[in-house]
Amino acid sequence: MELLFEKSVSGRKCSILPPCDVDSYQLCSCTKRELPLDLPQLSEIDITRHYSALNRRTHGVNNGFYPLGSCTMKYNPRINEEIAALPGFTGIHPLAPAYSTEGCREALQLASKYLCEISGMDDMTFQPAAGAHGEFTGVMLIKQYHQAKGDTARTKIIVPDSAHGTNPATAAMCGFEIVNIASAPDGCVDLESLKAALGPDTAGLMLTNPNTVGIFDKNILEITRLVHEAGGLCYYDGANLNAVMGVVRPGDMGFDCIHMNLHKTFSTPHGGGGPGAGAVGCKQFLAEYLPKSASMDGEGHIQVRSFAGNFLVVVRALAYIMFLGKEGIPEASTNAVLNANYLMNRIKGTFEPAFDVTCMHEFVLDLGNFEKETGVSALDVAKSLIDYGMHPPTMYFPLIIHEALMLEPTETESKETLDWAADIFRKLYDLGHEDPQYMHDAPHHAQIGRPDDTEAARHPVVRWNQQD
Amino acid sequence: MGSYVPSTKEQRWEMLHAIGMENIMDLYKDVPSEMILPEGGLNIPEGMSELELTRALTEVAEKNIVFKTVLRGAGAYDHYIPSVVKSITSKEEFVTAYTPYQAEMSQGVLQSIFEYQTMICQLTGMYVSNASVYDGATAAAEAAAMCKSRKKTVTLVSAAAHPDTINVVKTYCYGTGDEMRVVPAKNGKTDLEALKEMLAAGDVASVYIQQPNFNGLIEDAEEIGKIAHEAGAMYIMGCNPISLAIMKTPAECGADVAVGEGQPLGMPLAYGGPYLGFMATTKKNMRNIPGRIVGETHDKDGNRAYVLTLQAREQHIRREKASSNICSNQALCAMTAAVYMATMGPDGMADAANQSVAKAHYLAKHLCEIPGVSMVYDGEFFHEFVTSMPKQDEVLAALEKAGILGGLPVAEGVLWCATEKVSKNQLDRAIAIVKEVLA
Repeated sequence: MELLFEKSVSGRKCSILPPCDVDSYQLCSCTKRELPLDLPQLSEIDITRHYSALNRRTHGVNNGFYPLGSCTMKYNPRINEEIAALPGFTGIHPLAPAYSTEGCREALQLASKYLCEISGMDDMTFQPAAGAHGEFTGVMLIKQYHQAKGDTARTKIIVPDSAHGTNPATAAMCGFEIVNIASAPDGCVDLESLKAALGPDTAGLMLTNPNTVGIFDKNILEITRLVHEAGGLCYYDGANLNAVMGVVRPGDMGFDCIHMNLHKTFSTPHGGGGPGAGAVGCKQFLAEYLPKSASMDGEGHIQVRSFAGNFLVVVRALAYIMFLGKEGIPEASTNAVLNANYLMNRIKGTFEPAFDVTCMHEFVLDLGNFEKETGVSALDVAKSLIDYGMHPPTMYFPLIIHEALMLEPTETESKETLDWAADIFRKLYDLGHEDPQYMHDAPHHAQIGRPDDTEAARHPVVRWNQQD
Repeated sequence: MGSYVPSTKEQRWEMLHAIGMENIMDLYKDVPSEMILPEGGLNIPEGMSELELTRALTEVAEKNIVFKTVLRGAGAYDHYIPSVVKSITSKEEFVTAYTPYQAEMSQGVLQSIFEYQTMICQLTGMYVSNASVYDGATAAAEAAAMCKSRKKTVTLVSAAAHPDTINVVKTYCYGTGDEMRVVPAKNGKTDLEALKEMLAAGDVASVYIQQPNFNGLIEDAEEIGKIAHEAGAMYIMGCNPISLAIMKTPAECGADVAVGEGQPLGMPLAYGGPYLGFMATTKKNMRNIPGRIVGETHDKDGNRAYVLTLQAREQHIRREKASSNICSNQALCAMTAAVYMATMGPDGMADAANQSVAKAHYLAKHLCEIPGVSMVYDGEFFHEFVTSMPKQDEVLAALEKAGILGGLPVAEGVLWCATEKVSKNQLDRAIAIVKEVLA
């Protein structure tokens, strides 16, 4: 379809602003741009129709099943959108006097209180704007803690080989060396590898639990104890918190700090890639190192974003927690785990789980054998799902399983949807044996066929009318 | 209690039995039992219905005071937001989609980002834009990180930049163990002589300035670019995007990286977020810019298609060797900015900029006619300026009582801002109140 720029007609415009009602002021011509401003010229109907067409070419949670593992694509409640759009929240200047922002501060305090209780932490910041940003903040707490103690020899962060790519990237941004440790055959932390990696140079460990293959690490207390014994701190990557809310608390597992993806676990929408919020919680002894805003709170602390973070995202998460409450929070998690196990069980016998155990909120299918038998890859299966209107699972992650598809159905899918999805997986398993070529060519009924990614990277066209 | 779980009690039993379990807690049999919370053990209030929730949070929102007139900026600007911006960006599909990993069912989001990237390039004059970062301050920090090399690791930041930006850049530098040094300001602007001296050490990777700066003043951005480049440092300009509609682009000023806070492009004040970090660079630096980038390509039938591209830069490929860990960004805010720019068009953008300038100058002129009020700096300003005045707290309190959020108290006085959104009547009313208090 055409780009906005290709629909532009010189002289066309929308009527938005009144004429200026004060004398105009001419800035020095030396400050003016000479480069023409080549933005599109459109009427309102051009614009609304354009975006309606783009909207039809977009698949959100509200369009259909979205079992994207590790992303917790649960229903995004509409009421939360309405509450976040209240003028009493949207119209507040971050640097307005304190007496006029009482409601904003109350919302943040409530969210902090509830999220601390859910995570087993004592204090919290909402500055981080996303999960990776939360990781950065959390590991910076660890860095400050060791430095304040004069413990400069602690230069290493331990990360399991099954971790999200953000974990090692984060540790590097915080100036740490990364020690990768291998997973045990059951996908959990290998205690011997951990022990071998620990030492006087250990700053900390970054871990998700349940881990990235969807299994709860039953040695978790031993793991955090070993790290603490070596003088390191334990960071909990909250990407998988949706499995255990109200059931187990990371604080009780022995973790010292944590980030939570409010845009996963706490139902705030992903918006096509953001904005999210990566609330970071910590135990009391780390609270003094939490970031603050220079303009709102003064100097003397680290700071990871301007002002108080993605405030309206926090408001949505607060609405979600208040709606569910003390019974609804564990109900959400237990049903997320139930849905995952049910779906895994319904698919079993065709595509096989990488680990045939009770999973948590997500599970990984290992298509290695299927690929050997049929030549049909995890990618082919993923692309075939698109023809059924299902968003594919996360592909080729974690890296420790080669033909991986990672499914996370979430608690907000019904049994009917799970049955429907399982039937499609079973159908595709058969199709792979009957007509592999059809699956290599999938999708057949999508907006586009498979795009040429190599061409895109080799000769990057990254804007309209690019002049090289 | 509220719930978004669709399965009925009977269905849950059915599903449990299908996997050979009797009790929902059997699912957690691998979790050490001493860690499991007892039923009802979570110490938060009971859940509520949607109606109760609306009541409860509306009450919280109403504890805030929404000022009808906002004459305060300092990093968060109260511009008019056209109606189509809100309606388009609240479409459920856009709101509830994830990152467009699967291009075959995400062409809408991908094309919207490609269009956003193009508009940011048009606004800044740069060659390539990424799909957004978290906000203006992190954009500056990410830019500083991308400019570092093995030999040059120091970042210079102008003291006339936003205090939050300075603090965020400092934090990111502290993370990697590199140094950030603050270039002092003179008469409200970056001190060029001091800058030259600080560059002489030869260890500077990049220089960051904000245009217009925190005091509202217009920096000699072209000259600063020349000074930085002569010393072999990269040049990062943090820009107000509304000002770019009429002011010299970062490309014209010789910037290597253009960044800024995109909030003025259609995002509400919202107590500080979500906002938008925009970031664009030259062709030469295309493969160093962090974050996602959408590129154009073709599918196997030759149809035009958009995909996430140049991913070899990113954390999920490079892991600890990536220059940034960024993953989620501010996609819906980027779309907001694109819809805003499309709605305003080139003339509307320039109009918003020119009217903001005109109104700020009208306000400054009339405030300074009041005895005791004077401008702190004499440089050319855009839509913010600093005044000194007696009884400053009383003046601001009187304005607030009348529903006007006055300028921000800063070390040197009061930092005022005016945008196209305030009418002459609103300005006259504010001026009259200041006059009254100081009479």
